[in-house]
Amino acid sequence: MSEVIRAEHLSVVYRSRGSRKLLRQYLQDRLTGRLAEGFYALHDISFTISRGESLAVLGANGAGKSTLLAVLAGLLEPDAGRIVVDGRVATLMELGSGFHPDLTGWENLRLYAAILGMSRGEVRNQAEKIVDFAELQGYMDQPLRTFSSGMVLRLAFAVAVHAAGDVILIDEILAVGDAAFQKKCHRRLAEMRQQGATLVCVSHVSGMLETLCSHAIWLHHGRAVRFGPYRDVTSAYTAFMNGTDRHLWDALPDSPVRTSA
Amino acid sequence: MRRSNLSFVLAELILKDFRVRYRNMSLGVFWSLLNPLTMMAILTFVFTKVFESRIPHYPLYVLCGLIPYNFFTLSWVTGTVSISENPPLVKRVPMQTALLPLVSVLSNTLHLCIQLLLVFALVLWYGLPVTWHYLWLPVIWSLELLFIYGLTLASSSLHVLIRDVRYVVESVNLVLFWLVPIFYSFAMVPQKYRSLYEFNPVAALVLATQHVILGHRSPPQALMWKMTVVSAVFMGLGAFVFFRLKRRFYRYL
Repeated sequence: MSEVIRAEHLSVVYRSRGSRKLLRQYLQDRLTGRLAEGFYALHDISFTISRGESLAVLGANGAGKSTLLAVLAGLLEPDAGRIVVDGRVATLMELGSGFHPDLTGWENLRLYAAILGMSRGEVRNQAEKIVDFAELQGYMDQPLRTFSSGMVLRLAFAVAVHAAGDVILIDEILAVGDAAFQKKCHRRLAEMRQQGATLVCVSHVSGMLETLCSHAIWLHHGRAVRFGPYRDVTSAYTAFMNGTDRHLWDALPDSPVRTSA
Repeated sequence: MRRSNLSFVLAELILKDFRVRYRNMSLGVFWSLLNPLTMMAILTFVFTKVFESRIPHYPLYVLCGLIPYNFFTLSWVTGTVSISENPPLVKRVPMQTALLPLVSVLSNTLHLCIQLLLVFALVLWYGLPVTWHYLWLPVIWSLELLFIYGLTLASSSLHVLIRDVRYVVESVNLVLFWLVPIFYSFAMVPQKYRSLYEFNPVAALVLATQHVILGHRSPPQALMWKMTVVSAVFMGLGAFVFFRLKRRFYRYL
């Protein structure tokens, strides 16, 4: 089986100051030759995903889930390690990046589709399908500010799932709209997976997630606690989260790895 | 990111800028003309009535300087903040970040084209000839675009890391107004400073435009060479700075 994603010893360091945006601080750091203390947002992460498989990323807030997605998307360069992703990457993170309230539904659709990497031809062919999917027929000539927030998210999601790639990275956005629309989104993702796309989902453990993902990785303060078949990882993860696995509870560290300053 | 998508994103982002800017204004595109017209009127009053300048067709002369100057300052400021004001486009979608300053420069070019119509209206009003030398204009402006894109690539990436860059840009723009022949003529600049003065690409742009529109002749060769060299150097430097700093954008935004 051919590999779609291969991560080898990935590490990402965040400096505690985040960014030196001010000239004064910059000069101070330069003159004192001191680097701000940092921690590992990801520490020595390795896994491989082959064609036909899909990955769920689990973990508490601040565990490094979004950072991992950013590295997979090529948005963030790891400080150490190597990442190889085979194929075109699509991101469904923070829906509606680039949307503008004064533009109409159609204008936003084209703009967002372009930003997500679709071509003119693809947009021409798929525009009607996207609107149907979002259930927004009759609204598209209105400016986006007249849409309800649910409608905006539906439009964003509809565009995003039609701008398909070979590898689709999804960050906690499966909770879009009402239950009926969620089911539809889920069906669409399952369909894309059947057509050969590889999904990487950051989400909460749920029945939906189980049908989408074959594998799971559990991150804890930047370290990978478990990687393997979805069931195995989630049962360990839920046991840990519910506090039933005292052994693991004691074994896991309660802070990220610090950089030696 | 595929090639077929690049021009599409670029076009959509420029259209967005344009639509957002004018959609909610009742005067619309007219605003693009109002600012240079007002400045032209004031400068003409001050320098023909108060200081009695002897430059012919003074209003047209002022516009030939003012419009390129405005174009440069606006492009540079909006280009400088283009990356830091769009974190979602840098951190959430795999889009070419280098497009963002380009979008700023090109959407200002749209306004520039509207304003240049004003210049041509005045040319016709004064009954000045439109010659073959006008073909130099696209060449001059392409060089200038290259220069500005290089400059904004560098300043926008620096601005992500150090948020003071914007104020430096604004201060330089203020100073620059006096170093471009907008209300005085190049002939008034002392001989010994002239060849250095021409290295300022904004001044060079204005000079070349004046040669074509008011002088009905091609811009001097030496001036064109200076523009070419300066534009190429800035484009190279801009690309170098951008690609050096690009990997740090995610953490700083």
